[in-house]
Amino acid sequence: MAFLRRIQRSDFIYYFFRDPVAYISFFILLALFVSAFAAPLIAPHNPYDPTTIDIMDSELPPVWSSEGSARFLLGTDDMGRDMLSTMLYGMRISIIIGLGAVFLQAAIGIVVGLLSGYIRRLDAILMRIADVQLSFSTYMIAIFIGATFQMMFGVANYEKIAAPLLIFIIGLAEWPQYARTVRASVLAERRKEYVEAARVIGLSRLRIMWRHILPNTLSPVLVISTVQVANAIMSEAALSFLGLGMPQNKPSLGSLITSGFEYIFSGTWWITIFPGILLVVLVLVINLLGDWIRDYLNPKLYKG
Amino acid sequence: MDPLVLVSIRNLVKRFDITGGWLDQFRFSGGKISKERTVVRAVNGVSIDVAQGETVSVVGESGCGKSTLARTVMGLYPAEEGEVYYKNTRIDNLSEAQRQPFRARMQMVFQDPYASLNPRMTLGEILREPIRFHQPKLDKGAVAEKVALVMEQVGIDPDWHTRYPHELSGGQRQRISIARALTVEPEFIVADEPIAALDVSIQAQILNLMMDLQEQNNLTYLFISHDLSVVEHISKRVAVMYLGSMCELAQAEELFQRPRHPYTQALLSAIPKLGKAASHEKLTGDVPSPINLPPGCVFHTRCRHANDRCRLEIPQLLTVEGGTQVACHGVEEGRL
Amino acid sequence: MDKLLTINNLNVDFTLRSTTLRAVNNVSLSVNKSERLGIVGESGAGKSVLGFSIINLISKPGRIASGTVMLQGEEISSYTYEQMRQIRGNRISMIFQDPMMTLNPVLTIGEQMRETINAHASMSAADVDAICLEKLRKVYIPSPEKRLDQYPHEFSGGMRQRIIIAISLLTNPSLIIADEPTTALDVTIQAEIMDLLLELCETEHMGLILITHDLAVVSQVTQRIAVMYAGSIVEQGATEQLITNPQHPYTKGLLGALPQRASRDGRLNQIPGVMPGLAKIPEGCSFRNRCSLAADICLTQPVLEEKTSGSQVACHMVK
Repeated sequence: MAFLRRIQRSDFIYYFFRDPVAYISFFILLALFVSAFAAPLIAPHNPYDPTTIDIMDSELPPVWSSEGSARFLLGTDDMGRDMLSTMLYGMRISIIIGLGAVFLQAAIGIVVGLLSGYIRRLDAILMRIADVQLSFSTYMIAIFIGATFQMMFGVANYEKIAAPLLIFIIGLAEWPQYARTVRASVLAERRKEYVEAARVIGLSRLRIMWRHILPNTLSPVLVISTVQVANAIMSEAALSFLGLGMPQNKPSLGSLITSGFEYIFSGTWWITIFPGILLVVLVLVINLLGDWIRDYLNPKLYKG
Repeated sequence: MDPLVLVSIRNLVKRFDITGGWLDQFRFSGGKISKERTVVRAVNGVSIDVAQGETVSVVGESGCGKSTLARTVMGLYPAEEGEVYYKNTRIDNLSEAQRQPFRARMQMVFQDPYASLNPRMTLGEILREPIRFHQPKLDKGAVAEKVALVMEQVGIDPDWHTRYPHELSGGQRQRISIARALTVEPEFIVADEPIAALDVSIQAQILNLMMDLQEQNNLTYLFISHDLSVVEHISKRVAVMYLGSMCELAQAEELFQRPRHPYTQALLSAIPKLGKAASHEKLTGDVPSPINLPPGCVFHTRCRHANDRCRLEIPQLLTVEGGTQVACHGVEEGRL
Repeated sequence: MDKLLTINNLNVDFTLRSTTLRAVNNVSLSVNKSERLGIVGESGAGKSVLGFSIINLISKPGRIASGTVMLQGEEISSYTYEQMRQIRGNRISMIFQDPMMTLNPVLTIGEQMRETINAHASMSAADVDAICLEKLRKVYIPSPEKRLDQYPHEFSGGMRQRIIIAISLLTNPSLIIADEPTTALDVTIQAEIMDLLLELCETEHMGLILITHDLAVVSQVTQRIAVMYAGSIVEQGATEQLITNPQHPYTKGLLGALPQRASRDGRLNQIPGVMPGLAKIPEGCSFRNRCSLAADICLTQPVLEEKTSGSQVACHMVK
């Protein structure tokens, strides 16, 4: 109750509904999330069920062109799967990988950032590890790990572990972003007198870090999280495009784009373009929302 | 040691190394690379005995080391040299666990009422935390009772325990800060400029509150301030610091009537007095950097009475009549 | 006497969401030529907003709702931005609390001073430098020739505030508005800066509006004092008069709260409660919730009028 009252009294809702970019982005994102996670209920076909797929339906154009079929609203792909259903299922995979990777990044990054910001002895070593990590590009790590796993387990087994592996790769590659942000906040917070007051009481370091410093560093974490979710979804799409992401029988938005790319010059444009548009819209609304949250949390920028 | 002495600070030295990483230690000068460290000498051999039930104020301008002294006494900074005793027990070299019982007896009130309360905790959470930590056996009801009691003591409605600090004014926050210190029933409170950030009319409220609490709870204060006029009425004794050294330590009345050290005199005359035309003793020049302390008396660069001896020899504290301790060659030689 | 600045019934509003808050409430003030006026009040009393509104530097969401500001007979409150630019830093200079915020850290002192002159006049580089040096000497900066090429961080806090005063003198203004000019400085430095301001006002025949929370400082420097509370002026009068014989209960309380006025047993006289925020100013007399004299009549707003003591007081209970 107290929490609800706080929200009601805060400016959050007020400023949110005054900014059309904020609420339009939010509602688009909400619609995308709901349709992605409700895909088994709302999608007209199940692209994972081979019995419902007929190869004879392959490469049918969208419903509004002359050769289109009413059964397939946005046409079909090269295997005869309904584009709309495959995209919804694919978006669900993309979002799960994006959120999962960011969760992992945040978990590692927050712990490392807290430790290196508050316990100064650990700072040099932890931040150098982060620097080394950042000097490898995400794709390099992903290609290396992905290729190794494909060799070790074979392509068939790789398909089973593709989603968790992508979460692991993208999560591992980007944690230094969180570590640096959190560390910078911790360095600012630890000088404040409430931290000294906690030390005067005699609280342990762990409790001071967890109970006092961490809650006060979460605003920037929230801001970069939105950007990082968008980045992770893009990374996954890029890796899938390179053939190191989700397999064709369980496609994410990225692998859908790839699979259609071979046919784009033969006039079968819809297999690439529709998932492409969906990816762009998804990433765009997340970024717009992230920008809005950043501005809201930093009123100096916002109210000018 | 005098049994009435509660806290004894002896020859305390605190330095801060601000060199940074090891690469920053190398200096290139005169064609040679040398390794050196940049050290801020914040407190240089300060001794004060604080007796049970009294208020000792430490006064000085920014950068004189008064806040560092306070934090070193509280164990927030380790001391480089010197000792701190609490009722004859040496506490500056204790481990965190050994120090725990003293944490409940010594508390601190901070300067900035906007930074000293965790913005993400309610007043109740802020006040419950120290009680739960130091008396883990207390049940929920007893803790709540105690929180309500200290809130009442500092003049805040106990019903406000669900509020957050940002809903309070500066003076109210400072009351909560004091209440937090009181929750563990301390005997000794270090107050680091507790009223410097407050408005005049609120300053008076907080000072009065602190004096009332001292009477009710038999508290001993070490009161840090940059403003001499504030400490006149609340302190029994006043110590004046300049650049990490103590210039003068005297009974409050004595210090305001007969300041001995030239710096104390300048500080006193600089206090703006209501309606009276300014007739203060002018100090020339700036405060030297605590990184390169001037040799001899640290005040000689701004002192009108400085002679060659002041520029070379560090003056020692000397007890003169009236019990005042003063560190000045001029006073010792009788020329001031 | 010649009026330098006249403020008539000035109201400044801040609009947040849909509520409008009045930060400066019906303030009328005047400053004579080379007169020094102090505006005293606690934080949130509206004294800084008043200072900014004189030179029309109120930023959104604040705005001047009504009232006029006249500088030497010209109504400057209706000036355009461009016209106002010719007034600001030229005929009226402003000095702020934090010298480090006012000086640009990446420009040398000389560059910042020349820039100010060039913004308001065109003259040869040698003449500009001569003026800069002259003003630096006026504020007692030793060896100003060398100092011109230094950056703000090479100066101490007190020196920086002197430089800011020197910059404010560059265009020979007729009025200086100093907003808490010594609050960030140590007492000994504060005393020096105040002496300097006083001396310059006398030698340069400038008017001064000193905005501060410190009654003692203001009483040493100014000839007249206006006390602000919750956006309104509650008492205004000659310094000597106001300090020795305060009329308004708030002024009395403020003076009594000073440590120098503490009673024998060490207790300070305190005003109960806190100044209300702008959204919670009570109707009628804004001070009545904290006032020991408050009566039914205080539910109507008192007007600022001359009382028998000679000061102007906004209080029903003062004869």
